[in-house]
Amino acid sequence: MATDLVAGARTGPAPAPLPRPPARRRERRGRGLLVAGAFLVPNLVLLGVFTYRPLIDNVRLSFTDWNISSPTATYIGFDNYVEWFTSSASHAVLWNTVVFTAAAVVGSMALGLALALLLDRRLFGRDAVRSLVFAPFVVAGAAVGVAFQFVFDPTFGLVQDLLGRIGVESPAFYQDPDWALFMVTVTYIWKNLGYTFVIYLAALQGRRADLDEAAEIDAASTWTRFRKVTWPQLRPATFFLLITVLLNSFQVFDIIDTMTRGGPLGNGTTTMVYQVYQETFVNQRAGFGATVATVMFLILLVVTLVQVRVMERGQQR
Amino acid sequence: MTAVQAPAERSSRLSRAGGYAGLLLVVLVVALPLYWILISSLKERPDIYTVPVGWFPDPLTVDNYSAVGSGVAFTDYLRNSIIITASLTVIQVVLGVLSAYALAFLRFPGRSLVLLFVIGSLMVPNQITVISNYALVAQLGWRNTFTGIIVPLAGVAFGTFLMRNHFLSLPREIIEAAEMDAAGPLRMLWRVVLPMSWPTLIAFTLITIVNEWNQYLWPLLMADDASVAPLPVGLAQLQDTQGLTNWGPVLAGTVLTMLPILLIFLALQRHMIKGLTAGAVKG
Repeated sequence: MATDLVAGARTGPAPAPLPRPPARRRERRGRGLLVAGAFLVPNLVLLGVFTYRPLIDNVRLSFTDWNISSPTATYIGFDNYVEWFTSSASHAVLWNTVVFTAAAVVGSMALGLALALLLDRRLFGRDAVRSLVFAPFVVAGAAVGVAFQFVFDPTFGLVQDLLGRIGVESPAFYQDPDWALFMVTVTYIWKNLGYTFVIYLAALQGRRADLDEAAEIDAASTWTRFRKVTWPQLRPATFFLLITVLLNSFQVFDIIDTMTRGGPLGNGTTTMVYQVYQETFVNQRAGFGATVATVMFLILLVVTLVQVRVMERGQQR
Repeated sequence: MTAVQAPAERSSRLSRAGGYAGLLLVVLVVALPLYWILISSLKERPDIYTVPVGWFPDPLTVDNYSAVGSGVAFTDYLRNSIIITASLTVIQVVLGVLSAYALAFLRFPGRSLVLLFVIGSLMVPNQITVISNYALVAQLGWRNTFTGIIVPLAGVAFGTFLMRNHFLSLPREIIEAAEMDAAGPLRMLWRVVLPMSWPTLIAFTLITIVNEWNQYLWPLLMADDASVAPLPVGLAQLQDTQGLTNWGPVLAGTVLTMLPILLIFLALQRHMIKGLTAGAVKG
């Protein structure tokens, strides 16, 4: 199942080994195990200790009242869960997460595809523009967040200047929670557009030119050609992006921390990841933070499993 | 003949014009903020706080850069970033290649389970493992040390998967011939497998460099001061103390944080994109 997360995985059985004299084979297998152990163990230990262990530990901690700097955690049963599921602040956080993630996934994929279609054409200067579009993706999210805090500054920023030119006053990006959420979402899409773009562009370049030509000879309209010929060929890339962009945008921390610190008005741009950080390290409620982390992981797991299911069904068709 | 061609030609000219209009729009949306950040970092303080915005720094000054260079331990942050990125890149590339080799070429019981274990970890966001890891690292006394920042980030899943898929695509006959010569695994790796794998290995290395250079949350939690904090954390600190009232040095710091990775990217983008798109395109 999980191997399907990244499409194109070669997961078939290994080719049958060549026949060899039995004694030598046994000796080789023993040595193979030894070497495999030596090659794999350091990495597996690191992943086990720093990825899987905390995941399970989160579940344990989610049933406790715990200050992260204290050695003892008090067991409090389901109190944290009851609090999270019933508090209106958490509902706001969940809503922010859904809006941010949905907008980021749909926005960056639609724009990435549009850009890929545009820059797949033979236009003068397209190579330079391709590099330009991809460039923000390699830059640190924290640096983008810091810079864009000034870009969106309602008094001296770039956005207010451009809006002023068409006679519109800048929204209060740092006071109005809706505009603040809009702002961090746009910033995130701006930064990550390059990723969806290169994946779609690679898919476009790998598509079968003969099908396109056949459609052209049939004098199909551009839209029909896209819908009937191009889009079906982009399906694997689309599924791949749906999963990876969703996973990535669900986890955004740096841009939110540097632009708004989860505000304004308390939790205007607080997503679940930011809530985990804030409860654990700012409010000193690590048990509650672990609860949010556990809920978040379960949501992520369910969403991904559903996506993989849909993807498998789509491929069977 | 010409009568038939004319409308098609006109529509293709129209579509070209549309294409260039799109191109121009893209350039504006992506490049304008970058350009504006750059020129603002080169302005004198009163000019930054001037409405309407000036599109060229006049007078042009590098004061903001020298303020950053001298003032707030920026060279320390830069050094820390280099140490953290270099260590993590070396560790991850070595571990990733070794793991991938074992998963692709060695036969041992439970191999597919190990693969599932590696890939499954891709689904666990770093951001939710920080709670327990923070407690563990604090217990070990590793807070505010490079060890504390580096070790918990050192496990490698994506790179292992990328390299394994590449190794499996290598011609079987060559690998088997080398096995028949009873070449040891390290020798095999170094003499036979890696020489056929440079492009993928370079892609893996570049993606690792970019990821680790841009790490933010974990180093933010680990570092208390400029002795170990990397650039993104230092930059956020600078923004905390100077933002709003003195954007010049903050923006200069932003440019300095972005620049090294942008230069690496511009020089080697083809390789990096190859790694990102591997596996995404074919279903």
